[in-house]
Amino acid sequence: MSIHVGEAAEAPDFKKAAHVLLGNKQVRANVRRATETIRNKRANVVGEMPDWEDLRNSAAAIKQNVLRNLDTYLEQFEAACTKAGGKVHWARDADEANRIIIGIIQGHQQTEIIKVKTMTSDETRLNVALEAAGITPWETDLADLIIQLGHDKPSHIVVPALHKNKTEIRELFMRTMGLTELGSKPEDLAAAARQYLRERFLRVKVGFSGANFAVAETGSVCVVESEGNGRMCVTLPDVMITMLGIEKIIPSFDDLEVFLQLLPRSATGERMNPYNSIWTGVTPGDGPKEFHVILLDNGRTKVLADGESRETLHCIRCAACLNTCPVYRQTGGHAYGSIYSGPIGAILTPQLQGMEHSQSLPYASSLCGACYEVCPVKINIPEILIHLRRRIVENGDAPQTERIGMNMAAFTFADSKRLGVAQKLVQLGNKPMEAIGLPGWSAARDMPVVPKETFREWWAGGRK
Amino acid sequence: MLISLFIACYNDSLFPETGKAVVTVLERLGHTIEFRQAQTCCGQMHYNTGYYPEAVGIMRHFLDTFKDAEVICVPSASCVAMMRDHYPKMAAGDPVLEAAVAEVLPRVYEFTELLIDKLGVTDVGATYPHTVTLHTPCHSIRALHIGDRPQRLLEAVKGIKLIPLANADQCCGFGGTFAIKNAEVSAAMLNEKMQAIAETGATICTAGDNSCLMHIGGGLSRNNAGVRCVHIAEILASQGTS
Repeated sequence: MSIHVGEAAEAPDFKKAAHVLLGNKQVRANVRRATETIRNKRANVVGEMPDWEDLRNSAAAIKQNVLRNLDTYLEQFEAACTKAGGKVHWARDADEANRIIIGIIQGHQQTEIIKVKTMTSDETRLNVALEAAGITPWETDLADLIIQLGHDKPSHIVVPALHKNKTEIRELFMRTMGLTELGSKPEDLAAAARQYLRERFLRVKVGFSGANFAVAETGSVCVVESEGNGRMCVTLPDVMITMLGIEKIIPSFDDLEVFLQLLPRSATGERMNPYNSIWTGVTPGDGPKEFHVILLDNGRTKVLADGESRETLHCIRCAACLNTCPVYRQTGGHAYGSIYSGPIGAILTPQLQGMEHSQSLPYASSLCGACYEVCPVKINIPEILIHLRRRIVENGDAPQTERIGMNMAAFTFADSKRLGVAQKLVQLGNKPMEAIGLPGWSAARDMPVVPKETFREWWAGGRK
Repeated sequence: MLISLFIACYNDSLFPETGKAVVTVLERLGHTIEFRQAQTCCGQMHYNTGYYPEAVGIMRHFLDTFKDAEVICVPSASCVAMMRDHYPKMAAGDPVLEAAVAEVLPRVYEFTELLIDKLGVTDVGATYPHTVTLHTPCHSIRALHIGDRPQRLLEAVKGIKLIPLANADQCCGFGGTFAIKNAEVSAAMLNEKMQAIAETGATICTAGDNSCLMHIGGGLSRNNAGVRCVHIAEILASQGTS
C-alpha cells in the first residue's frame, strides 16, 4: 500500500512549523482578515435559518447511514454511473489512483489536462506524477492557480490562497504571466486570470475534477463553486475524469437538499453557490464524450474501521472549523503540514496517513470546542482529538517525560494523602512549575505565587 | 441545604482563596458547607492528554468520594464539563460504574449554575467597587451552556462597573497541556486576549475558571498590565473594597 496525504509524512511537526509562521506578520494578518470575513458572513446566513439544527442533525444521520452501508452505496453508485455511460475505477491508494489517471490521459495521446476543485489529487500528489509522465496539469480554480503559479502550498480547504493578499497576487500574476501592466483591483486580477485560463479551456481535451457529492441512486456527481471555471472545466473537454474519496457518496438525489443548504452557508457564507454542476454519465452531443470516476480509498477504510473516530468521514470540506479556530487563526494552514489543515486536518491527516505520522497534529488544539459548534455535519472534533491522543499514548509514542508526569499525577490523585504530600513539596519548592521544567510556560507567563496553605489545610485547621 | 464542595485540585493547591470565597457566599445565603478531605481531582488532565485508564481511576475516586453527597458545588466549569461530557462514556459497559455516574451527575453544579438554577438567587449581597470585565471560558459556554449566568450575578453586585470584553467567547489559549506542548501558539492566543482586556480599561478580569485565569493572569503579570485576574466567586464574596 502507498497511502500518502500530500507531503504530510515529510512535513515538520506542528510546533516547529508554527514557530516559523508566528513570525510572519503578513501571513497572520491575511489569515485573520480573511477568516473573520468568512466567519461573519457564515454567522449571518446561518442565523437566518430557523431549521439549522435540524439540517445538521439530518446531515449527520445521512452520513452515519452512508458509512454503515458504504459497500452497498458504492456498488449502487458504480452500477448507476456505468449504466449512464460512465466508467468507474477503484483506487486503493494514491499511487494506484495516479496510475489509472495517467493511463486514461495517455490512452487519448494527450499531454495536458485542466483541473478544478480537487483536494484528493493534492492528496495523491497527482500533479507531480503527471509531470513525471510528461503531462502538464493546469489548475483552473483561481486560488489553485495562484498556488500553482507561485509553487506554493494551499493553506485553507476552501480558499487555498487565503494567506496571500491582493498585492502579493498582483505581483505573482505579473511575474508568471509575463504582464507588463496590471491593475490592482480584484476585478483586474480576475480578468488577467480569465484571459490566461480561457486559452486553456478552449485548447485542452481532458478535464479533471473532484466532487462534493456522488449520488448512489443516480450515479451523478456534483461540484459546487463560485467562479464558473469549474463549469467550463467539466463541460468543455472531450474526456472528463472525476476523483472522489469513497466517503463522498450520498444515497439519493433528495439528500442534496440537505447538503446544498449546509455547504454554501458553512463554507463561504452564501445562501447558494453561484455554480452547482451535477452530471450523470455521458450525454451524446452534450459535454464530454467519455466520463471516468475514480473512487479513492487511500486510508479511508482504516478510518471507517475505528468506531470512535469514524465520523471524521462525515466531513464535507466546508472549512467552517478552520475559520472559527483560534489556533488556525494564529498560524494559518501551513503549520498543519497537510492540504487538510485546521481542526479537521488535525484529525483527518493522522488517521489517513497512519498514526505513526503527523503525531503532533492531535495536540494542535486547545480543545475549545468552537469547531464542533459550527460543524454542519456534527463531527465532534475535540472528542476525536482526545481519542487520537489516547491512541498515541497506547502505542507507547507519547514523550517519556509526559508519561512519567502523568503516572506520578495519577498516583497522587488516587489518594488525598498523597496529594497533600505533593502539595507540601510544591510549597517547599516555592517555584513549582519552573522547578519541574516548564520553560514554555514561563517564556510568556508568570507563575502564580504558591500559597502558604492549601484549601484542604485551611479547612482541616479549623478555617483560621 | 447541605452543599458539598468539590474545589478542584488546582484551586486547592494554588487558589485556596477561591474555595474560601465559595464558602463565604454559600454560608451567607444560609447553607451549610462540607468539604470531603478524600477528594482529589476530576481526571480532566489525564483524559484530555490521552491517559484513559488513569482518568477512569480518578473518576472512580471522585464517584466514591461524593456518592452520597446531596449537592456538589464545583467552582470550575471545565471540571464539570469533564464530568458531564465524558463520565457517562467512560463508565459505559460497567453497570456499577454507569449507575454511580447516573446517580452523582445530576447533583453536580458549577458554582454559578448552583446559585441561579438550584438556589434561585442572582443577588448574593456582594459589593465590589471596581471596573471588571468578564471572560467566558470555552467549557462554560460550549459544554455547560452557561449563557449569561455569570453576567447576571455580576450585574447584581453593588458598586461594580462591568465592561463587555470583545470576543469574550474566543479561547484564551490555555487548553491544559496545550499551553505547554504548543506554548508559542498558546502565548499568541493569550496576546489577543490580553489586548481585548486592555481595550476594556478594566482593572479586574474575572471568569468562572481559575485555569484560564492562571494563564491570562500570568501573561498580564509578565506584561505589568495593571490588570488582575479574580475568580467570580471572590467578587461575589466581597463586601467591601478588597
